[in-house]
Amino acid sequence: MAAITLEAVGKTYAGGVKAVHSIDLAIQDGEFVVLVGPSGCGKSTLLRMVAGLESVTEGKISIGDRMVNEVEPAERDIAMVFQNYALYPHMTVRQNLAYGLKNRKMAKAEISRRVDEAAQILEIGAFLDRKPRALSGGQRQRVAMGRAIVREPAAFLFDEPLSNLDAKLRVQMRGEIKQLQARLGTTSIYVTHDQLEAMTLAHRLVVLNGGQIEQVGTPLEVYRKPASTFVAAFIGSPAMNLLNAKAEGGVAHVGGGRVPLAAAVTGPVTLGLRPEDVRPADAGTEGAFVLKIAYVEELGAQKLVHGTVEGQNFACALPSDAALGQALHLVPEPGAAHGFDAQTGKRLG
Amino acid sequence: MKRIFFRNKILPYLLIAPQMVVTIIFFLWPAGEAVLQSFQREDAFGLHTTWVGLANYRALFQDPDYIHSLQVTVVFTIGVTAVALIVALLLALAVDRTIKAGPAYTTLLVWPYAVAPAVVGVLWWFLFNPTIGLMPYLLSLVGYHWNHALKGDDAMILVIISAAWPQVSYNFLFFVAGLQSIPGSMREAAAIDGAGPVKRFFTITLPLLSPTTFFLVVVNFVYAMFATFPVIDATTQGGPAGATNILVFKVYQDGFVGLNLGSSAAQSVVLLAIVIALTVIQFRFIERRVEY
Amino acid sequence: MVENRPLLNILAHLVLILGVLIVAFPIYVAFIASTHGPTDFLSGLIPLTPGHDTWHTYMTMLTTGMQSSGMPPLSLQMTNSLIMALTIAIGKISISIISAYAIVYFRFPFRSLAFWLIFITLMLPVEVRILPTYKVVADLGMLDTYAGLTIPLIASATATFLFRQVFLTIPDELMEAARIDGAGPMKFFWDILLPMSRNNIAALFVILFIYGWNQYLWPLLVTTDASHYTIVMGIKRMADVADAQPQWNYIMATAILAMLPPVLVVIFMQKLFVKGLIETEK
Repeated sequence: MAAITLEAVGKTYAGGVKAVHSIDLAIQDGEFVVLVGPSGCGKSTLLRMVAGLESVTEGKISIGDRMVNEVEPAERDIAMVFQNYALYPHMTVRQNLAYGLKNRKMAKAEISRRVDEAAQILEIGAFLDRKPRALSGGQRQRVAMGRAIVREPAAFLFDEPLSNLDAKLRVQMRGEIKQLQARLGTTSIYVTHDQLEAMTLAHRLVVLNGGQIEQVGTPLEVYRKPASTFVAAFIGSPAMNLLNAKAEGGVAHVGGGRVPLAAAVTGPVTLGLRPEDVRPADAGTEGAFVLKIAYVEELGAQKLVHGTVEGQNFACALPSDAALGQALHLVPEPGAAHGFDAQTGKRLG
Repeated sequence: MKRIFFRNKILPYLLIAPQMVVTIIFFLWPAGEAVLQSFQREDAFGLHTTWVGLANYRALFQDPDYIHSLQVTVVFTIGVTAVALIVALLLALAVDRTIKAGPAYTTLLVWPYAVAPAVVGVLWWFLFNPTIGLMPYLLSLVGYHWNHALKGDDAMILVIISAAWPQVSYNFLFFVAGLQSIPGSMREAAAIDGAGPVKRFFTITLPLLSPTTFFLVVVNFVYAMFATFPVIDATTQGGPAGATNILVFKVYQDGFVGLNLGSSAAQSVVLLAIVIALTVIQFRFIERRVEY
Repeated sequence: MVENRPLLNILAHLVLILGVLIVAFPIYVAFIASTHGPTDFLSGLIPLTPGHDTWHTYMTMLTTGMQSSGMPPLSLQMTNSLIMALTIAIGKISISIISAYAIVYFRFPFRSLAFWLIFITLMLPVEVRILPTYKVVADLGMLDTYAGLTIPLIASATATFLFRQVFLTIPDELMEAARIDGAGPMKFFWDILLPMSRNNIAALFVILFIYGWNQYLWPLLVTTDASHYTIVMGIKRMADVADAQPQWNYIMATAILAMLPPVLVVIFMQKLFVKGLIETEK
């Protein structure tokens, strides 16, 4: 087990395209870090650089105390779980698990001990002698994890390992990965584009956009204090509402209402409000703004009301028994409003 | 193209070396030599070679024998392609109609592909042998006196039948595959629209089969022009009086028997140009097919 | 079928039976001829029912050959054909699979040049460049050798393209996983790529075996010594003499023996054969 350190790591492809810009990140021993962002944000490239599958064109990557920029993937003491599992189709499950150990010239007895142990942990003992094509998607996923576990590596690298599974299985496997990592205590880097997966799994989230880090923090930090409009819109579902507003002395004016912000700004501002952070108020309430309702989605436990505030899209989550008319007056929960710079999108205050 | 690859400086060269060595020594060098020779003339003792420019080519296209050989090749190629394609299509359509017996018929129809063209030639040469053959006997019953050793048309028919016979198996397999890839629902829709079997064949099946057909036409052209040397050599040897002397056979005869190097080289280059043209057509077509 | 038309179904079967008969007819006649003694042909018409000399004819051809035309025993010629077919098939597959591996899994200077050189060989059938190639082989002293028989036919653009296609469909992640599992380039090739291409190799082998066995012009040119004759070219040399002194039973026995191995391969490995045929034409 080991810490992983990235210092000013960047990737420029031969054609001059810059996929990753100067990333600094210190991952502690035993930590579960999730790299999250939309496709093309550089998260997979970054992971593959840690794995040694992509060359590092700028900066330094260290695993433990060792700088690994020029070290072969097999020598880095890491294990990787791929999106398509990358199981060897012509080998049985047992052979798949044992292949990496055999290549390292490990003793036969030790190999079979580790394979059996991994099989027991992952409950794949019953089909150790089957070929991957005879397995279901969930079983293949377990085998792929098994191949990582038997190696007892310094770090696990996960590259969107759940995105080939159906929704129900994905939730189940998510839970299993979390428990497994907690049990083994192995440093893990996990790449996903699914913010829910990121929130539920991570000790720390790294939100990437355009090859750069937007924010690093625990799931709650990132959720509660998004560093930019990008993070604000990306993390949380349904997404945070972002409204163009005018601020005066730290109060944003929008939709006929007044919303206090954390920073004393004046001028144009982007106001962020999560759908669950507003509640309906009577027409005359001090500071309430008006939502013109377009349509309503019933979700059972609550309802999602979509409409516009001053012509800008806005959604809010209300109790399922809330009464609705043509319009709603809304007030934000105290301290729930986020202010962002209208130009840069950076968080204010 | 693979996104990632092994970094190894020497290994790839070692891996590709055997193929390269064979290709260069036995393909490129001889081909280059042929091109070079086609512009040269060697004296009678093989001591001096002189540069003669396009003279060999000019001589070639003024040579009535060569023009005749070209004409013979065209007739032969079209004949073989037409016979092999039509018979194969007929059989493939019939197999497509049968449900259970299809695989058994297929097995019984594909094996001629494995018979060497030279053996095929010997078999038909035996069947049509003017003195002892069965076919001349049967033909004499209807009053036709068969003799491919004397009659050019008989010889042409003999080589076309011989060359087409194994190729039917090949075309048959591709037509069966082509027919199977036509969705049954399409024919059902046409049937519901009131089209009978014959109408369905011409309006649905044949158009949908046209990519396969086009591909096979090119392949059969190449086969008939270049791979039928053994058939000719085993049956008519180009005769009588050059009636079946196709281009590849003439190259061989002029080069090995006549030892006319310059002319033979020029003929090789012309053939090369034909092969390249056919290959380009084929690749163009495959590219287009990929885009669908 | 769309609708049930008994008449059309019967017609289909008739066409097929006729096809099978036409396909089988020359072979039947040849086989019958091989079962007769030489005197049975003097009547002027090919016999159509089996004779009684089958054993004698085949044994003579296999063990002593046809002395009058300088033909070695067929057992030797068939062995030569087998050596040629196997060497060409295995050789073509071997050098093609490793060059495809180099082209797909490595980046090196002259990579695309190599690719195009191989591509060009696709365009040059033996028949077209026969004379200069013969000269090269003669200059290298390879006439009347197994090497001369096989090596010039061993380069294959078709097989290289086939394997390239196969490798391109193998996900990149498999190679990445193997690298993380500590497999170097050669280990990856042996442990992963080769076993994964098993079916393609088998299918290609069937096609190439037939191709190698059926070679005619090339062995005709490079072998002058009877000990290197292959059966497919040998039959022609026999037939040349037979015109003057017809020994039909022997010639037809040779024809049957010459076609038997590849035909059996096609019949018993029909699935692989069809797969190979269709794959090599992509």
